[in-house]
Amino acid sequence: MKFPFAQLASPKNSYQMAGHLIPWFGLLTLALMSYGVVGGLWWAPSDYQQGDAFRMIYIHVPAAFLSLSIYTIIFCCSVIYLIWQIKLADIVAEMSAAVGATYTFIALVSGALWGKPMWGTWWIWDARLTSELILLFLYFGYMGLRSAIHEPKRAGKAAAVLAIVGMVDIPIVHFSVEWWATLHQGATLAKLAKPSIAVEMLYPLLAMIGGFTFFYGTLLCIRLRTGLLQREWQSLWVREWFNQQSKSCL
Amino acid sequence: MNLSLDKTAPVGSLSQAFWGVIRREMALYDQHRGDWAMPFLFFIMVVALFSLTLGAGADWLAKVAPTVIWIAVVLALILSLETIFRADFQTGVLDQLGISPYPLSVLMLGKSVAHWIMIGVPLLLLAPLLGGLFLLSQSELWVLFLTLFFGIPTLSLIGALGAALTIGLPQGGVLLAILVLPWMIPVLLFGASALVAVTEGRSFNSELLLLTAIFIATLVIAPMGISAAVRISLES
Repeated sequence: MKFPFAQLASPKNSYQMAGHLIPWFGLLTLALMSYGVVGGLWWAPSDYQQGDAFRMIYIHVPAAFLSLSIYTIIFCCSVIYLIWQIKLADIVAEMSAAVGATYTFIALVSGALWGKPMWGTWWIWDARLTSELILLFLYFGYMGLRSAIHEPKRAGKAAAVLAIVGMVDIPIVHFSVEWWATLHQGATLAKLAKPSIAVEMLYPLLAMIGGFTFFYGTLLCIRLRTGLLQREWQSLWVREWFNQQSKSCL
Repeated sequence: MNLSLDKTAPVGSLSQAFWGVIRREMALYDQHRGDWAMPFLFFIMVVALFSLTLGAGADWLAKVAPTVIWIAVVLALILSLETIFRADFQTGVLDQLGISPYPLSVLMLGKSVAHWIMIGVPLLLLAPLLGGLFLLSQSELWVLFLTLFFGIPTLSLIGALGAALTIGLPQGGVLLAILVLPWMIPVLLFGASALVAVTEGRSFNSELLLLTAIFIATLVIAPMGISAAVRISLES
Protein backbone atom coordinates (compact mmCIF):
# COMPACT_ATOMS: atom_id res chain seq x y z
CA MET A 1 0.00 0.00 0.00
CA LYS A 2 1.33 3.41 -0.92
CA PHE A 3 0.99 6.40 1.30
CA PRO A 4 -1.71 8.64 -0.23
CA PHE A 5 0.22 11.92 -0.27
CA ALA A 6 3.66 10.51 -1.03
CA GLN A 7 4.15 12.85 -3.99
CA LEU A 8 3.32 15.94 -1.98
CA ALA A 9 5.66 14.81 0.76
CA SER A 10 8.77 14.97 -1.41
CA PRO A 11 11.42 17.08 0.31
CA LYS A 12 11.45 19.81 -2.32
CA ASN A 13 7.67 20.19 -2.40
CA SER A 14 7.37 20.24 1.34
CA TYR A 15 10.17 22.76 1.65
CA GLN A 16 8.32 25.14 -0.66
CA MET A 17 4.95 24.47 0.88
CA ALA A 18 6.27 25.11 4.38
CA GLY A 19 7.68 28.39 3.08
CA HIS A 20 4.28 29.43 1.71
CA LEU A 21 2.54 28.47 4.94
CA ILE A 22 4.80 30.42 7.32
CA PRO A 23 3.28 33.91 6.72
CA TRP A 24 -0.31 32.59 6.84
CA PHE A 25 0.26 30.63 10.01
CA GLY A 26 2.09 33.61 11.49
CA LEU A 27 -0.78 35.99 10.68
CA LEU A 28 -3.36 33.59 12.11
CA THR A 29 -1.26 33.19 15.26
CA LEU A 30 -1.02 36.96 15.66
CA ALA A 31 -4.75 37.54 15.07
CA LEU A 32 -5.99 34.75 17.32
CA MET A 33 -3.53 35.47 20.10
CA SER A 34 -4.21 39.20 20.15
CA TYR A 35 -7.95 38.57 20.38
CA GLY A 36 -7.33 35.87 22.98
CA VAL A 37 -5.09 38.05 25.13
CA VAL A 38 -7.29 41.13 25.02
CA GLY A 39 -10.51 39.14 25.35
CA GLY A 40 -9.14 36.95 28.08
CA LEU A 41 -7.32 39.53 30.18
CA TRP A 42 -9.65 42.53 29.84
CA TRP A 43 -13.05 41.72 28.36
CA ALA A 44 -13.81 38.50 30.16
CA PRO A 45 -15.39 38.97 33.61
CA SER A 46 -13.66 37.77 36.76
CA ASP A 47 -14.51 34.31 37.97
CA TYR A 48 -16.95 34.22 40.91
CA GLN A 49 -14.70 31.83 42.83
CA GLN A 50 -11.19 32.38 41.59
CA GLY A 51 -11.33 36.12 40.87
CA ASP A 52 -8.77 37.27 38.37
CA ALA A 53 -6.47 34.32 38.98
CA PHE A 54 -8.60 32.21 36.66
CA ARG A 55 -7.10 34.16 33.73
CA MET A 56 -4.14 31.80 33.95
CA ILE A 57 -6.42 29.44 32.04
CA TYR A 58 -5.64 31.33 28.83
CA ILE A 59 -2.01 30.16 28.99
CA HIS A 60 -2.36 26.93 30.91
CA VAL A 61 -5.10 25.13 29.00
CA PRO A 62 -3.77 25.80 25.47
CA ALA A 63 -0.26 24.76 26.51
CA ALA A 64 -1.51 21.58 28.18
CA PHE A 65 -3.79 20.80 25.23
CA LEU A 66 -0.93 21.16 22.78
CA SER A 67 1.51 19.21 24.92
CA LEU A 68 -0.77 16.22 24.40
CA SER A 69 -1.70 17.00 20.79
CA ILE A 70 1.90 17.41 19.69
CA TYR A 71 2.82 14.09 21.22
CA THR A 72 -0.09 12.54 19.33
CA ILE A 73 1.19 14.16 16.14
CA ILE A 74 4.66 12.72 16.81
CA PHE A 75 3.00 9.34 17.35
CA CYS A 76 1.11 9.53 14.04
CA CYS A 77 4.22 10.68 12.18
CA SER A 78 6.19 7.80 13.70
CA VAL A 79 3.60 5.30 12.53
CA ILE A 80 3.63 6.82 9.03
CA TYR A 81 7.43 6.80 8.99
CA LEU A 82 7.74 3.18 10.09
CA ILE A 83 5.09 1.91 7.69
CA TRP A 84 5.58 4.02 4.57
CA GLN A 85 9.13 5.29 5.12
CA ILE A 86 8.05 8.86 4.41
CA LYS A 87 11.07 10.93 5.36
CA LEU A 88 8.98 14.05 5.86
CA ALA A 89 7.05 12.37 8.68
CA ASP A 90 10.31 11.66 10.47
CA ILE A 91 11.44 15.28 10.19
CA VAL A 92 8.05 16.56 11.36
CA ALA A 93 8.29 14.27 14.39
CA GLU A 94 11.86 15.33 15.12
CA MET A 95 11.08 19.02 14.82
CA SER A 96 7.87 18.82 16.85
CA ALA A 97 9.51 17.28 19.88
CA ALA A 98 11.27 20.37 21.19
CA VAL A 99 8.13 22.51 20.70
CA GLY A 100 6.05 19.91 22.48
CA ALA A 101 8.50 19.73 25.36
CA THR A 102 8.40 23.52 25.69
CA TYR A 103 4.60 23.54 25.77
CA THR A 104 4.67 20.80 28.40
CA PHE A 105 7.08 22.89 30.44
CA ILE A 106 4.87 25.98 30.05
CA ALA A 107 1.84 23.95 31.13
CA LEU A 108 3.68 22.75 34.24
CA VAL A 109 5.02 26.20 35.18
CA SER A 110 1.74 28.02 34.54
CA GLY A 111 -0.03 25.29 36.48
CA ALA A 112 2.33 25.82 39.40
CA LEU A 113 1.78 29.59 39.28
CA TRP A 114 -1.96 29.01 39.18
CA GLY A 115 -1.81 26.39 41.89
CA LYS A 116 -0.10 28.66 44.41
CA PRO A 117 -3.00 31.12 44.92
CA MET A 118 -5.77 28.54 44.32
CA TRP A 119 -4.60 25.36 46.06
CA GLY A 120 -2.05 27.04 48.32
CA THR A 121 0.82 25.01 46.89
CA TRP A 122 3.08 25.18 43.88
CA TRP A 123 3.20 21.50 43.38
CA ILE A 124 1.40 18.42 44.56
CA TRP A 125 1.99 14.84 43.56
CA ASP A 126 -1.42 14.24 42.13
CA ALA A 127 -2.13 12.12 39.09
CA ARG A 128 -2.58 14.93 36.57
CA LEU A 129 0.57 16.78 37.54
CA THR A 130 2.69 13.68 37.85
CA SER A 131 1.61 12.29 34.51
CA GLU A 132 2.22 15.64 32.82
CA LEU A 133 5.70 15.64 34.33
CA ILE A 134 6.23 12.15 32.94
CA LEU A 135 5.12 13.44 29.56
CA LEU A 136 7.95 15.98 29.82
CA PHE A 137 10.36 13.11 30.52
CA LEU A 138 8.97 11.24 27.52
CA TYR A 139 9.81 14.23 25.35
CA PHE A 140 13.28 14.43 26.89
CA GLY A 141 13.84 10.71 26.37
CA TYR A 142 12.71 11.05 22.77
CA MET A 143 15.11 13.89 22.09
CA GLY A 144 17.86 12.16 24.08
CA LEU A 145 17.60 8.97 22.03
CA ARG A 146 17.70 10.96 18.81
CA SER A 147 20.79 12.88 19.82
CA ALA A 148 22.50 9.73 21.08
CA ILE A 149 22.30 8.01 17.68
CA HIS A 150 24.33 9.69 15.00
CA GLU A 151 23.02 8.05 11.85
CA PRO A 152 19.78 9.91 11.02
CA LYS A 153 18.05 6.85 9.61
CA ARG A 154 18.58 4.66 12.66
CA ALA A 155 17.85 7.60 14.96
CA GLY A 156 14.56 8.21 13.19
CA LYS A 157 13.41 4.62 13.35
CA ALA A 158 14.47 4.05 16.95
CA ALA A 159 12.81 7.30 18.01
CA ALA A 160 9.66 6.26 16.13
CA VAL A 161 9.45 3.01 18.08
CA LEU A 162 10.03 4.96 21.27
CA ALA A 163 7.26 7.44 20.46
CA ILE A 164 4.79 4.69 19.64
CA VAL A 165 5.41 2.86 22.90
CA GLY A 166 5.38 6.13 24.85
CA MET A 167 1.84 6.76 23.62
CA VAL A 168 0.60 4.74 26.64
CA ASP A 169 1.08 7.82 28.80
CA ILE A 170 -1.21 10.08 26.76
CA PRO A 171 -4.55 8.50 27.81
CA ILE A 172 -3.26 8.42 31.37
CA VAL A 173 -2.63 12.18 31.35
CA HIS A 174 -5.92 12.84 29.64
CA PHE A 175 -8.12 10.71 31.85
CA SER A 176 -6.19 11.15 35.09
CA VAL A 177 -8.70 13.72 36.34
CA GLU A 178 -11.51 11.22 35.88
CA TRP A 179 -9.76 8.05 37.06
CA TRP A 180 -8.34 9.42 40.27
CA ALA A 181 -9.86 11.87 42.69
CA THR A 182 -7.38 14.66 42.12
CA LEU A 183 -7.00 18.24 43.23
CA HIS A 184 -6.85 19.22 39.59
CA GLN A 185 -10.26 20.21 38.24
CA GLY A 186 -12.05 18.26 35.53
CA ALA A 187 -11.97 19.19 31.88
CA THR A 188 -13.30 22.65 31.05
CA LEU A 189 -13.99 21.80 27.44
CA ALA A 190 -15.22 18.57 26.04
CA LYS A 191 -16.07 17.81 22.47
CA LEU A 192 -19.53 16.42 22.95
CA ALA A 193 -20.63 18.15 26.12
CA LYS A 194 -21.77 21.68 26.80
CA PRO A 195 -18.71 23.58 28.04
CA SER A 196 -18.73 24.36 31.75
CA ILE A 197 -17.62 27.92 31.22
CA ALA A 198 -19.35 31.22 30.35
CA VAL A 199 -19.38 32.30 26.72
CA GLU A 200 -17.40 35.52 27.36
CA MET A 201 -14.66 33.41 28.88
CA LEU A 202 -14.96 30.62 26.33
CA TYR A 203 -14.32 32.49 23.08
CA PRO A 204 -10.97 33.97 24.12
CA LEU A 205 -9.95 30.53 25.39
CA LEU A 206 -10.78 28.93 22.06
CA ALA A 207 -8.90 31.73 20.32
CA MET A 208 -5.87 31.12 22.52
CA ILE A 209 -5.97 27.40 21.78
CA GLY A 210 -6.13 28.23 18.07
CA GLY A 211 -3.35 30.76 18.46
CA PHE A 212 -1.08 28.32 20.27
CA THR A 213 -1.81 25.72 17.60
CA PHE A 214 -0.94 28.03 14.74
CA PHE A 215 2.15 29.19 16.63
CA TYR A 216 3.21 25.57 16.73
CA GLY A 217 2.42 25.37 13.01
CA THR A 218 4.57 28.41 12.29
CA LEU A 219 7.48 27.10 14.33
CA LEU A 220 7.10 23.67 12.76
CA CYS A 221 7.25 25.11 9.23
CA ILE A 222 10.40 27.09 10.04
CA ARG A 223 12.05 24.15 11.79
CA LEU A 224 10.89 21.79 9.07
CA ARG A 225 12.71 23.84 6.44
CA THR A 226 15.88 23.77 8.53
CA GLY A 227 15.52 20.04 9.04
CA LEU A 228 14.97 19.42 5.32
CA LEU A 229 18.07 21.41 4.42
CA GLN A 230 20.11 19.54 7.05
CA ARG A 231 19.02 16.14 5.80
CA GLU A 232 19.01 16.90 2.09
CA TRP A 233 22.07 19.11 1.76
CA GLN A 234 23.61 16.71 -0.74
CA SER A 235 20.65 16.59 -3.10
CA LEU A 236 20.26 18.54 -6.30
CA TRP A 237 17.35 20.75 -5.34
CA VAL A 238 19.15 22.08 -2.28
CA ARG A 239 22.14 23.05 -4.41
CA GLU A 240 19.91 24.78 -6.95
CA TRP A 241 18.12 26.55 -4.15
CA PHE A 242 21.44 27.56 -2.61
CA ASN A 243 22.74 28.91 -5.93
CA GLN A 244 19.58 30.96 -6.36
CA GLN A 245 19.87 32.34 -2.87
CA SER A 246 23.49 33.32 -3.30
CA LYS A 247 22.73 34.95 -6.63
CA SER A 248 19.96 37.06 -5.18
CA CYS A 249 22.22 38.04 -2.30
CA LEU A 250 24.87 39.28 -4.69
CA MET B 1 19.81 -11.23 2.57
CA ASN B 2 18.19 -14.41 3.86
CA LEU B 3 16.89 -15.53 0.48
CA SER B 4 19.54 -18.22 0.18
CA LEU B 5 18.75 -19.36 3.68
CA ASP B 6 15.06 -19.71 2.96
CA LYS B 7 15.75 -22.30 0.29
CA THR B 8 17.65 -24.54 2.63
CA ALA B 9 15.16 -26.05 5.01
CA PRO B 10 15.56 -24.94 8.63
CA VAL B 11 17.61 -27.38 10.63
CA GLY B 12 15.03 -27.72 13.39
CA SER B 13 11.51 -26.67 14.15
CA LEU B 14 10.59 -23.26 15.52
CA SER B 15 10.01 -24.60 19.01
CA GLN B 16 13.46 -26.20 18.96
CA ALA B 17 14.97 -22.84 18.06
CA PHE B 18 12.95 -21.17 20.82
CA TRP B 19 14.13 -23.64 23.46
CA GLY B 20 17.64 -23.48 22.03
CA VAL B 21 17.76 -19.73 22.66
CA ILE B 22 16.51 -20.26 26.20
CA ARG B 23 19.08 -23.00 26.90
CA ARG B 24 21.88 -20.86 25.51
CA GLU B 25 20.84 -17.90 27.66
CA MET B 26 20.68 -20.10 30.76
CA ALA B 27 24.16 -21.44 30.02
CA LEU B 28 25.44 -17.87 29.70
CA TYR B 29 23.86 -16.86 33.02
CA ASP B 30 25.48 -19.95 34.53
CA GLN B 31 28.88 -18.91 33.19
CA HIS B 32 28.64 -15.38 34.57
CA ARG B 33 27.28 -16.04 38.02
CA GLY B 34 28.86 -12.91 39.47
CA ASP B 35 27.02 -10.69 36.99
CA TRP B 36 23.86 -12.67 37.56
CA ALA B 37 23.85 -11.94 41.31
CA MET B 38 24.31 -8.16 40.96
CA PRO B 39 20.65 -7.16 40.40
CA PHE B 40 19.58 -9.02 43.55
CA LEU B 41 22.27 -7.40 45.68
CA PHE B 42 21.22 -4.06 44.25
CA PHE B 43 17.57 -4.82 44.96
CA ILE B 44 18.24 -5.73 48.59
CA MET B 45 20.46 -2.69 49.06
CA VAL B 46 17.88 -0.25 47.67
CA VAL B 47 15.20 -1.67 49.97
CA ALA B 48 17.61 -1.61 52.92
CA LEU B 49 18.58 2.00 52.20
CA PHE B 50 14.94 3.04 52.20
CA SER B 51 14.26 1.36 55.52
CA LEU B 52 17.43 2.83 57.03
CA THR B 53 16.71 6.37 55.95
CA LEU B 54 12.98 6.28 56.67
CA GLY B 55 13.53 5.20 60.28
CA ALA B 56 12.07 2.31 62.16
CA GLY B 57 8.51 3.48 62.91
CA ALA B 58 6.91 0.11 62.26
CA ASP B 59 3.40 0.91 61.07
CA TRP B 60 4.61 3.82 58.98
CA LEU B 61 7.25 1.65 57.34
CA ALA B 62 4.66 -0.96 56.47
CA LYS B 63 2.65 1.70 54.63
CA VAL B 64 5.46 2.66 52.27
CA ALA B 65 6.95 -0.83 51.98
CA PRO B 66 4.94 -1.99 48.93
CA THR B 67 5.88 1.12 46.95
CA VAL B 68 9.52 0.83 47.99
CA ILE B 69 9.64 -2.80 46.92
CA TRP B 70 7.97 -2.07 43.61
CA ILE B 71 10.40 0.73 42.83
CA ALA B 72 13.36 -1.42 43.86
CA VAL B 73 12.11 -4.17 41.54
CA VAL B 74 11.87 -1.71 38.65
CA LEU B 75 15.40 -0.40 39.28
CA ALA B 76 16.89 -3.87 39.62
CA LEU B 77 15.21 -4.97 36.39
CA ILE B 78 16.53 -1.96 34.49
CA LEU B 79 20.01 -2.68 35.83
CA SER B 80 19.79 -6.29 34.69
CA LEU B 81 18.39 -5.37 31.26
CA GLU B 82 21.12 -2.93 30.40
CA THR B 83 23.46 -5.69 29.32
CA ILE B 84 20.90 -8.12 27.89
CA PHE B 85 21.92 -7.48 24.27
CA ARG B 86 25.44 -6.13 24.73
CA ALA B 87 27.53 -9.30 24.49
CA ASP B 88 25.35 -10.73 21.71
CA PHE B 89 25.73 -7.52 19.75
CA GLN B 90 29.50 -7.36 20.16
CA THR B 91 30.10 -10.99 19.28
CA GLY B 92 27.77 -10.89 16.29
CA VAL B 93 25.29 -13.39 17.71
CA LEU B 94 22.47 -10.87 17.19
CA ASP B 95 23.33 -10.62 13.48
CA GLN B 96 23.21 -14.40 13.26
CA LEU B 97 19.82 -14.48 14.96
CA GLY B 98 18.68 -11.73 12.60
CA ILE B 99 19.52 -13.68 9.45
CA SER B 100 18.33 -17.02 10.76
CA PRO B 101 15.23 -18.46 9.06
CA TYR B 102 13.24 -18.28 12.29
CA PRO B 103 11.15 -15.21 13.17
CA LEU B 104 13.31 -12.91 15.27
CA SER B 105 10.38 -12.05 17.53
CA VAL B 106 10.09 -15.65 18.73
CA LEU B 107 13.83 -15.83 19.41
CA MET B 108 13.62 -12.56 21.32
CA LEU B 109 10.71 -13.93 23.32
CA GLY B 110 12.99 -16.85 24.21
CA LYS B 111 15.59 -14.39 25.44
CA SER B 112 12.95 -12.66 27.57
CA VAL B 113 11.70 -15.95 28.98
CA ALA B 114 15.25 -16.87 29.99
CA HIS B 115 15.64 -13.46 31.61
CA TRP B 116 12.39 -14.00 33.49
CA ILE B 117 13.48 -17.42 34.75
CA MET B 118 16.93 -16.27 35.85
CA ILE B 119 16.19 -12.74 37.11
CA GLY B 120 12.43 -12.34 37.34
CA VAL B 121 11.60 -15.43 39.38
CA PRO B 122 14.29 -14.85 42.04
CA LEU B 123 13.11 -11.23 42.36
CA LEU B 124 9.54 -12.47 42.69
CA LEU B 125 10.60 -14.78 45.53
CA LEU B 126 12.83 -12.19 47.21
CA ALA B 127 10.19 -9.45 47.27
CA PRO B 128 7.74 -11.04 49.76
CA LEU B 129 10.72 -12.04 51.91
CA LEU B 130 11.82 -8.42 52.15
CA GLY B 131 8.18 -7.43 52.58
CA GLY B 132 8.16 -9.66 55.64
CA LEU B 133 11.06 -7.65 57.06
CA PHE B 134 8.90 -4.57 56.61
CA LEU B 135 6.23 -6.21 58.80
CA LEU B 136 3.68 -6.50 56.01
CA SER B 137 0.65 -8.60 56.89
CA GLN B 138 -0.03 -12.02 55.35
CA SER B 139 -2.66 -10.73 52.94
CA GLU B 140 -0.47 -7.84 51.84
CA LEU B 141 2.41 -10.18 51.11
CA TRP B 142 0.08 -12.34 49.05
CA VAL B 143 -1.09 -9.34 47.00
CA LEU B 144 2.50 -8.16 46.59
CA PHE B 145 3.39 -11.59 45.25
CA LEU B 146 0.38 -11.72 42.91
CA THR B 147 0.90 -8.25 41.46
CA LEU B 148 4.61 -8.86 40.99
CA PHE B 149 3.84 -12.20 39.37
CA PHE B 150 2.22 -10.37 36.46
CA GLY B 151 4.18 -7.15 36.87
CA ILE B 152 7.74 -8.48 36.59
CA PRO B 153 7.42 -10.18 33.19
CA THR B 154 5.59 -7.12 31.85
CA LEU B 155 8.33 -4.84 33.10
CA SER B 156 11.12 -7.00 31.75
CA LEU B 157 9.50 -7.21 28.30
CA ILE B 158 9.09 -3.42 28.24
CA GLY B 159 12.64 -2.99 29.46
CA ALA B 160 13.99 -5.35 26.82
CA LEU B 161 12.34 -3.18 24.18
CA GLY B 162 14.18 -0.14 25.55
CA ALA B 163 17.42 -2.10 25.70
CA ALA B 164 16.95 -3.15 22.07
CA LEU B 165 16.60 0.50 21.06
CA THR B 166 19.82 1.52 22.81
CA ILE B 167 22.00 -1.40 21.62
CA GLY B 168 25.56 -0.28 21.08
CA LEU B 169 25.04 3.32 22.19
CA PRO B 170 27.84 4.77 24.32
CA GLN B 171 25.71 6.19 27.15
CA GLY B 172 23.16 3.38 26.90
CA GLY B 173 22.62 2.79 30.62
CA VAL B 174 21.29 6.16 31.72
CA LEU B 175 19.43 6.61 28.47
CA LEU B 176 17.74 3.23 28.94
CA ALA B 177 16.44 4.24 32.36
CA ILE B 178 15.09 7.54 31.04
CA LEU B 179 13.41 5.85 28.09
CA VAL B 180 11.94 2.94 29.95
CA LEU B 181 10.75 4.44 33.24
CA PRO B 182 7.84 6.40 31.71
CA TRP B 183 6.61 3.22 29.99
CA MET B 184 6.68 1.33 33.25
CA ILE B 185 4.53 3.80 35.13
CA PRO B 186 1.12 2.26 34.35
CA VAL B 187 2.28 -1.11 35.71
CA LEU B 188 3.85 0.56 38.73
CA LEU B 189 0.66 2.55 39.40
CA PHE B 190 -1.67 -0.45 39.26
CA GLY B 191 0.71 -2.60 41.28
CA ALA B 192 1.04 -0.04 44.04
CA SER B 193 -2.67 0.83 44.06
CA ALA B 194 -3.61 -2.85 44.46
CA LEU B 195 -1.58 -2.86 47.66
CA VAL B 196 -3.13 0.39 48.85
CA ALA B 197 -6.53 -1.16 48.18
CA VAL B 198 -5.75 -4.19 50.30
CA THR B 199 -4.39 -2.10 53.19
CA GLU B 200 -7.61 -0.09 53.11
CA GLY B 201 -9.61 -3.31 53.12
CA ARG B 202 -11.02 -2.92 49.60
CA SER B 203 -11.04 -5.52 46.86
CA PHE B 204 -7.99 -5.42 44.60
CA ASN B 205 -9.59 -7.40 41.79
CA SER B 206 -9.78 -4.60 39.25
CA GLU B 207 -6.10 -3.71 39.64
CA LEU B 208 -5.05 -7.32 39.37
CA LEU B 209 -7.18 -7.85 36.28
CA LEU B 210 -5.75 -4.71 34.69
CA LEU B 211 -2.21 -5.89 35.44
CA THR B 212 -3.01 -9.25 33.88
CA ALA B 213 -4.49 -7.54 30.82
CA ILE B 214 -1.40 -5.35 30.45
CA PHE B 215 0.79 -8.42 30.82
CA ILE B 216 -1.03 -10.35 28.11
CA ALA B 217 -1.05 -7.39 25.73
CA THR B 218 2.68 -6.82 26.33
CA LEU B 219 3.43 -10.50 25.88
CA VAL B 220 1.82 -10.38 22.44
CA ILE B 221 3.12 -7.02 21.26
CA ALA B 222 6.52 -6.57 22.91
CA PRO B 223 8.40 -9.42 21.14
CA MET B 224 7.50 -7.89 17.78
CA GLY B 225 8.61 -4.47 19.02
CA ILE B 226 11.85 -5.91 20.37
CA SER B 227 12.64 -7.65 17.10
CA ALA B 228 11.84 -4.47 15.13
CA ALA B 229 14.09 -2.46 17.43
CA VAL B 230 16.90 -5.03 17.16
CA ARG B 231 16.67 -4.89 13.38
CA ILE B 232 16.84 -1.08 13.45
CA SER B 233 19.93 -1.26 15.64
CA LEU B 234 21.56 -3.90 13.45
CA GLU B 235 21.09 -1.86 10.28
CA SER B 236 23.85 0.58 11.17
